[in-house]
Amino acid sequence: MTERTTAVDAEEVRHVASLARVDLADDEVGRFAEQFEDILTYFERLDEVPEVDHDADLTNVMRPDEPRECLETDAALENAADTEDGFFKGPNVS
Amino acid sequence: MSVNAFITETELEGTDEGPLSGRTVAVKDNISTAGVRTTCGSKMLAEYVPPYDATVVERLKAAGATIVGKTNMDEFGMGTTTETSHFGSTDNPAAPGHVPGGSSGGSAAAVAAGEADLALGSDTGGSIRCPAAFCGVVGIKPTYGLVSRYGLVAYGNSLEQIGPFAQTVEDAAALLDVIAGPDERDATTREAPDGEGTYADAADGDVDGLSVGIPTELLEGADQGVIDAFEETVETLESAGATTREVCLPSVGHAVSAYYVIAMSEASSNLARFDGVRYGHSSDAGGNWNDAFGRTRAEGFGDEVKRRILLGTYALSAGYHDKYYKKAQDARAWVTRDFDEAFDEVDVLASPTMPVPPFELGESLDDPLQLYLADANTVPVNLANLPAISVPAGETNGLPVGVQFIGPAFGERRIVRTASAL
Repeated sequence: MTERTTAVDAEEVRHVASLARVDLADDEVGRFAEQFEDILTYFERLDEVPEVDHDADLTNVMRPDEPRECLETDAALENAADTEDGFFKGPNVS
Repeated sequence: MSVNAFITETELEGTDEGPLSGRTVAVKDNISTAGVRTTCGSKMLAEYVPPYDATVVERLKAAGATIVGKTNMDEFGMGTTTETSHFGSTDNPAAPGHVPGGSSGGSAAAVAAGEADLALGSDTGGSIRCPAAFCGVVGIKPTYGLVSRYGLVAYGNSLEQIGPFAQTVEDAAALLDVIAGPDERDATTREAPDGEGTYADAADGDVDGLSVGIPTELLEGADQGVIDAFEETVETLESAGATTREVCLPSVGHAVSAYYVIAMSEASSNLARFDGVRYGHSSDAGGNWNDAFGRTRAEGFGDEVKRRILLGTYALSAGYHDKYYKKAQDARAWVTRDFDEAFDEVDVLASPTMPVPPFELGESLDDPLQLYLADANTVPVNLANLPAISVPAGETNGLPVGVQFIGPAFGERRIVRTASAL
C-alpha cells in the first residue's frame, strides 16, 4: 500500500472548483475533500509506472480545406437561453 | 411493471427498407437524435433537443430500424450503476432490486426486458460491457475508430466508442455491421482491415484450434461465484476444441488509476462547454459571467459529474500535470504494450466482465473509490483501444454473470466467433 502523501484541504477543493467554474456549498467542500484524499491516494500508484514510448503506428491524414454545408443559424440557436440578431447572448463579462 | 429503462419514449421509423426492418432499437440518451431530446441523464440537458442526428442514428434509420426510445444512463456516462441519472434509477429485469450496471444501464435493461430488440450504448471504461453482464445480455465495445462518435456527447473522447446490445451474439454483431465504418465527420474513424464476411457471419461458433489466454491478474479479487461461472465457460470452450493458457498482464494493476486520471481530465475539458449560453440549463442568478457559469454548473450537474470535473481539473493543473496526467499516459502505453505481447501468444483473452455480481439498488453510492475499483477488468480494454464482447455466463446465487472476450485491434470477428460458441 502506498504511503499517504496527498493531503487535500478545503482550500484546495475551493480553488479547483473556482478554476472549473462550479460553485460548491460548504458541505460539498467537506465531503469532496475527504473523497479526493482517498481517490488521490489511490492514484499515487502511478508513481511506480515506468516511462513508456507512446508513439502510435499511425500517420495523420488531411482533407482539402473546402467550404461545405453546416448547421443553419436558426437551428444552432434553437437551444439557447437568450439570443440577439442571430447571435448567442451570454452574461456580462464584468 | 416498467423498469424505467427509458428517459424518453418515441417512435422514429426507418427511412428505408434494410437489414433492420421490423426491428426495434433503443438508443442511449447521450447519442443525438434530431427533434428528440437528448439529456445525457442530466438536469443540465433535461430540455436539450439536438438539431441533428448522430451518424449511428442516421445509419440505424437507413437500415430500416425503428427507434423506440432514449435510454436511462449514469449522468454523462459517469457511473457503474445508472443510479447517478437525474431521472431516477433503473431496475435490473434479470435481477429485480439490483442495479442494471452502468453507465448504459437503460439500454441493457430495455433489451433484457424485451422492450427493444436491440440497443445502442457507449463504452468509455466498461459502460456497455458492465450492464450487459449485469442484465444477462450481449454487449460489444468496438475497436477505437471503428464506429463514428459524431453526435455522441463527449465524456472521455480518447477512450469511448458506441456499440450494440442484443439478446444473442449474432444480433449484436448484425447491429455492429450497420453502425461500423469510417465517417468524415469523426476524424478518429478509420477503415477496418478487410475481413471475411460480415460480423454477423462470424457468429458461427467455430472455436476449434482457437487459443484463449486467461490473464491471471483479472481473476484476482473476483467473487468466488463469478470465478466458478467463468471456469465453466472456459471448460465449454475447451470441449469445443479451444486451447487455454494463463498469460500475464503486469501493467493492469495500474489501469484503474490511469483510466480515471485520463477520463476525468478529458471530462473536465469536454464538459467545460456547458455554461448555459448555447444550450442546456441556465441559472437565473445573474451576476458577471464567472458568477453565472459557476451557478449554472452548480445547479445543472450532479455529484459524480462535479467530482470528476474537479478531479480532472486538479490532475491537469500546474504542478500536478506531470504527476498524474503524464504518468497516466505512460501507464496507458504500458497497458497497450502488455496486450500487444499477449496477442503474440494467443488469439483472444478471456476474463470475467465484472469481478462481482450486480449490487443491490442504493448499496454502493457512498464510496466512489470502491465503485471505481469494480471497473478493474473493463478499463484496460479502453486504454488499449481494443474490441471486447461481454456474453452471459450463467448465474451466481440467481444473479447474472458475464464473461468478456478481448481481441486485437479490429479483431471483432474473432471475439464474435468465440462468444458465439457459448
